[in-house]
Amino acid sequence: MKNNLIRFNIKAGLAIVILTGLSACSTLGVEPWEKDQLARADMALDSEKLDMALDDHIYFSKEGTSGGRSLAGGGCGCN
Amino acid sequence: MQLTQKRNIAGAIAMASCSLINPSAQATDLNDIVKSDDWKVDAAIMYYGEQDRVQAAEVIGNVQKSFGDSSLLDMKLVVDSLTGASASGAVAQDSSQTFTRPSGNGEYTVNAGETPLDDTFHDTRVQLSANWMEVLNPDWTLNVGLNGSTEFDYLSLGLNAGLERSFNKNNTIVALSGAFTQDTIDAVGGRPVALSEMALRSQYDTEAAFQAAFDDTRQAGTDDKQTIDLMLGVTQNINRYWLMQANYGISNVSGYMTDPYKVLSQVDNSGTTQTYLYENRPEDRLKHSVFVMAKGALDSGVVDFSYRYSTDDWDISSHTLETHYRYYLSPSIYAQIHLRYYQQQAANFYQPFLLADEPLPEFASADYRIGDMTAYTVGLKFGQRLSGGHELSYRLEYYQQNPENNGTELVGQLSQFEQFPAVKAIVAQVSYSF
Repeated sequence: MKNNLIRFNIKAGLAIVILTGLSACSTLGVEPWEKDQLARADMALDSEKLDMALDDHIYFSKEGTSGGRSLAGGGCGCN
Repeated sequence: MQLTQKRNIAGAIAMASCSLINPSAQATDLNDIVKSDDWKVDAAIMYYGEQDRVQAAEVIGNVQKSFGDSSLLDMKLVVDSLTGASASGAVAQDSSQTFTRPSGNGEYTVNAGETPLDDTFHDTRVQLSANWMEVLNPDWTLNVGLNGSTEFDYLSLGLNAGLERSFNKNNTIVALSGAFTQDTIDAVGGRPVALSEMALRSQYDTEAAFQAAFDDTRQAGTDDKQTIDLMLGVTQNINRYWLMQANYGISNVSGYMTDPYKVLSQVDNSGTTQTYLYENRPEDRLKHSVFVMAKGALDSGVVDFSYRYSTDDWDISSHTLETHYRYYLSPSIYAQIHLRYYQQQAANFYQPFLLADEPLPEFASADYRIGDMTAYTVGLKFGQRLSGGHELSYRLEYYQQNPENNGTELVGQLSQFEQFPAVKAIVAQVSYSF
């Protein structure tokens, strides 16, 4: 019974956090005519996609964890 | 000239047809329509060199072709060539050590006091990927992709798909993506039997007896591994200059994850190696990652900061902090700094060596890459925008890994030598976009 209550509280807490987050998102941002800076080529999330791909391959090969920025996938038998 | 006229005519027809469907498109510049059907090519050549260890050269080409305003094809080709030595997992000793090569053909010897490096590696990898992006309507975008990578002892084939929904005047984008990857491992010399003892030529009178002993440590055929990735991401415009991205990723890997070329030294109480055992890793791994990034448009440049936390059921966890800061020295030339710090906690089956008088664990690996470690990167990049939208850039980075002892007592002679040496590497890259 107590466990059920704790689970319900966790779920309710998560729901509140998500709803608060979403409502906060709706107040953030800019009007379409104010997007000049965000639309700059150097502000694109993949503006340096080759550098990121090469870096991901190095770190994937040399470290125990990978991915996060995008899907990690399988990969290679790297040494 | 003829070509330009034809393209302008095609553009004019496209604009006219657009205006029939959507009157607001009349405001679109003719040049934008021509440009949106153009190709965009990014190419780079990179050298990665570790001091006394792996050397790699990598060529990468990415081609993007847009089809109107709603479709984009993205194709990537990577070719890399790798050579040099890699840490085998064995410990340094006060006398020279001889190891059987993974193929069973021949041996290599490591001097006293040196970290055993296996210099057998020579490989060439070719990777191809293609992705299609389709803007379904102003709110929804679909991505689908294929990728494949092949090298001498490894084949990886994958599918991926993603769906994006934009909200709040395109200030919020929620993306859900998934991927499935099937890898096939065809280890040189065959996959070692888990935790079997390395057969050494000197222990046998004849070549045939050695070969029979070597074959007993090997399993026939290939093995495979399946990876399922899921990622939920939110990108949020904060104000006119700043945006944020947050991703949660989960990845389930099942199959062969042992490195067939890595070993562990089994030592006695004086730290003297008795034998070498081939490592063995679990066949399931569930990984979670959280990634957050803030990126800002500055008057004279761009800056981003990111943090990633990663954890899994092998108990490997890591923290990664990274930043890029670009400063425009002139409207066409920029300089950029890249800093990265990485800290990792060892897998629960990582052991720098095994003790001969203790029972063998089910899983064990002495691969420093899944041990305790910190690493940092310092990089500098210069870029120059050329006429016609072309860009040329140069990048030079220094990457250092500092493996650390996970708390294991170094018995006897092991404490006399550096068992966790730093790995130092240089990355040099030239890129061209047009």
